[in-house]
Amino acid sequence: MSKTTTPAPDTADESSSQARSTSTGEEPGLGAAGAQLSTAPSEGGGVPELGLVGWVRWCWRQLTSMRIALILLFLLSLASIPGSLLPQRGTDPAKVDRYKAEHDVLGPIFEKLQLFSVYSSVWFSAIYILLFISLIGCIVPRSWQFAGQLRGRPPAAPRNLTRLPAHTTWRTEAEPEQVLEAARKLLRSRRYRTCTAENAVASEKGYLREAGNLVFHVSLIVMLVAFATGQLWNSEGGKLVVEGDGFSNTLSQYDDLKSGALFDRQKLPPFGFTLEGFDATYERTGPQRGTPRTFRARVSYWEGADGEPRPRTITVNHPLEVGDSKVYLLGHGYAPVVTVKDGRGTIAYQGPVAFLPQDSNVTSVGVIKVPNYRDAKGNKDQLGFQGVFVPTFGGVGSGSMFSQFPALDYPVLALTAYRGDLGLDSGLPQNVYQLDLKNMKQFTDAKGNKLRKMLRPGETMTLPGGAGSLTFDGVKEWATFQVSHRPGNGLALAGALAALIGLSASLFIQRRRIWVKATPGEDGTTVVEVAGLGRSEWARLPEEVAAVALALRPDAPALPPAQDATDSAPTPADPAPGARP
Amino acid sequence: MNIAAAANEDMASISNVLIYSAMAVYTLAFLAHITEWVFGSRSKVGRTAAALTQPPATAPLPAVTVTATRKAGGTTVIERAEVTTRSAVGSRDVPDGPGAAAGDEKGELYGRIAISLTVLAFLVHLGGVVARTLSVQRAPWGNMYEFSTTFSLVAVGGYLLFLTLGKNVRWIGLPLVTSVLLDLGLAVTVLYTDSDQLVPALNSYWLWIHVSCAIISGAMFYLGALATVLYLFRDRYETKLASAEGKQPGRAASSVLGRLPAAASLDKFAYRINAVIFPLWTFTIIAGAIWAEAAWGRYWGWDPKETWSFITWVAYACYLHARATAGWKGRKAAYLVLIAFACFIFNYYGVNMFITGLHSYAGV
Ligand code: HEM
Repeated sequence: MSKTTTPAPDTADESSSQARSTSTGEEPGLGAAGAQLSTAPSEGGGVPELGLVGWVRWCWRQLTSMRIALILLFLLSLASIPGSLLPQRGTDPAKVDRYKAEHDVLGPIFEKLQLFSVYSSVWFSAIYILLFISLIGCIVPRSWQFAGQLRGRPPAAPRNLTRLPAHTTWRTEAEPEQVLEAARKLLRSRRYRTCTAENAVASEKGYLREAGNLVFHVSLIVMLVAFATGQLWNSEGGKLVVEGDGFSNTLSQYDDLKSGALFDRQKLPPFGFTLEGFDATYERTGPQRGTPRTFRARVSYWEGADGEPRPRTITVNHPLEVGDSKVYLLGHGYAPVVTVKDGRGTIAYQGPVAFLPQDSNVTSVGVIKVPNYRDAKGNKDQLGFQGVFVPTFGGVGSGSMFSQFPALDYPVLALTAYRGDLGLDSGLPQNVYQLDLKNMKQFTDAKGNKLRKMLRPGETMTLPGGAGSLTFDGVKEWATFQVSHRPGNGLALAGALAALIGLSASLFIQRRRIWVKATPGEDGTTVVEVAGLGRSEWARLPEEVAAVALALRPDAPALPPAQDATDSAPTPADPAPGARP
Repeated sequence: MNIAAAANEDMASISNVLIYSAMAVYTLAFLAHITEWVFGSRSKVGRTAAALTQPPATAPLPAVTVTATRKAGGTTVIERAEVTTRSAVGSRDVPDGPGAAAGDEKGELYGRIAISLTVLAFLVHLGGVVARTLSVQRAPWGNMYEFSTTFSLVAVGGYLLFLTLGKNVRWIGLPLVTSVLLDLGLAVTVLYTDSDQLVPALNSYWLWIHVSCAIISGAMFYLGALATVLYLFRDRYETKLASAEGKQPGRAASSVLGRLPAAASLDKFAYRINAVIFPLWTFTIIAGAIWAEAAWGRYWGWDPKETWSFITWVAYACYLHARATAGWKGRKAAYLVLIAFACFIFNYYGVNMFITGLHSYAGV
């Protein structure tokens, strides 16, 4: 318990000594005793020495100073803001293109400034590389210095202990040596490191604070290394798989594959899986009707070139892990299964065709391309269908082809048909979800209207003029998977946890010094002084000093204060109203 | 299997009734606090508060009397060690103000009533959140309505905990109750979302860990920010008092600010709370990264929510650094921490409402 009374304002000479002090959070004017209570760097000021070496040294000192580190840190957070406000190519390239199409003045400027790929831009990289150079330049010398402090002894007591932030004194009849020995034992038992010199015991505790601080900052470097490793050696590819189909981990099987600069695309680890089935459930009632509740992909996977297939389910938060790679479930949709017969009645195409969802109720669009087709006369031609698929049709009267619910309650496939040249032979890569209508002609019905038909599963659309037919056999689900390989995850996690532990140690452990002085007084008694120094945030220093003083009393019983000594520390009168207990 | 066991409608409506009742009780607590402040302004002690904050002209050596309790032979003997303290260089040595009631008896009474009402409101509020949890059968943090109600619950809980621990935090009462009313008002009108289950991506035990830490961090950072704002006012007031010539504070300002704790106490409170919560906030981000790794295949992807968490984290780190650097204590550090808290709030409201990312909530 402590009672605070009104302390005096500081004297002028202390204010000026503070102005001179460049150290951080330490009491000035205490010489060696007050120094290095933290590993805080001193500010590198001053004018550069002449010559190139002088300049380089000056720049290095500036870069590794706390002030510049702080500014860089602040700049880094400022620099990450635009990336959160503008679409980013890394996450959503389509949105970037749309943005650029809508802003023809700003778009190119932003592009030049790399604002669509902020986190890999030159300027963003420059800031964090500088920051980490600064960090290394600051932390490495500090670590040495701290190691030196660990080997050294607590600094000797300052000449005048009353100048310390907390101080107490009393007279005793015990001999000075006795008092000092008792103090040394006491402080040892309180796990202080002690050192006795002449008439005083110097002690220090809380080195773990600095150790924690160093661990934290070193972990930041570890995390950066882990992050960079992940960026350089990662690979991340997407694959759409229809129920019943499989995937094996080779370059040609991916729909798209992004990889880091140092990743060897030819060395993808061998594994694969088959999508046995996909289950989705949705909220049926209430205001959130239609919100997805479960997505589950049932797969059987194998490891190595010809491993045994094993069953597994992949859900949104539970990827499949095979070796270093992980397979995530990203999305799903429907694939109508169709059979197309040509003019002679032979099957020209049969199988599922993945349609792309357009809204949360999975209204989907897609195209069916039939390149191997012959008309009734047996001439080579090509067919194309444009379709809209809805898992739950709103009813004939509604007139809209928007799905009413994401589950397969009342599936309907609406198609229009074309014939002509699909353009597949042009050599240009083609979008499988779009028809190139340039060289195609739409089928029309008997009245000359454009042919359009809505099909339920099992129904058939017959093309006019004996051109063939399309049967809507049923619906399969498809799922998209992301296969990623990202080394350095473990290192990043280890770094993060070490950072957390180091940070907590550096914030919660208090480094402090306590000195006990015992000097022979004039009247033959011994004057005992106990004083402490902590970092300025630490408010419990007086309690600590008092606890040490009280624990020392049995070995150095206090005499009543001499009459003339009272003015040095008068007992305060009633505490001020409202004073904190 | 359908994890969406039908949401329990009854529980949901009970929860709503409880939240509205809590708002009513908070309103009463608000009025009681106002009354306390009004009575306090009439009190003699209140009127002389300004005089109290003037350091005595001939100050004796600063002294702290530390008494420690020791057990000796079964009886408790109290020994005293008088420890002389020197305050940190450059700080003003001003004692804390007398508190809202400023010794006025009626004011004290209303102050106690206000706290009792806050406790009652807290319990009702807690009941509301628990009922909501039972109704949705998951962690009650699936959308912004639930996030907001829990957020203010935790802030009040923290305040009451500090009170129970005997900390000098009575001054938080009025501003806290006011802002809780605002928060709940916003929650039940703008942000309200019917009780329901989560989308699959949010269905993970990391949600419990990540979001509960985020809520606790936010609520405590809020108390820190509140103390910082009051610190800025009180600091200006003390500076004016200290300057011999120059503008003296107005009467209304003196009456209110004179009753607050000293700027140094407010600053210390803010620093401690921020420093203690910073590791928790760090952990929140780490937990989020682990969850993101499981859900989206990368632990960090500069999604807007992640970006703003990072910005908030850096801002608080800057603040902690700044505090450790000479010349950045006091007002400058205070502005930094307010910026940091603004980033937190933007991450919570702004990013959800204005920027679309992967962190979409079920509701708003
Ligand atoms: C990258 C982001 C960084 C973060 C998040 C960070 C965070 C922190 C935190 C939380 C503390 C504890 C403050 C305290 O003891 O009260 C600290 C202390 C410290 N930081 Fe950093 N830091 C970063 C970068 C740097 C850099 C680049 C440097 C070097 C120039 C640096 C040098 C130091 C030093 C020397 C201390 C000890 C201060 C003291 O003991 O008083 N930090 N840092």
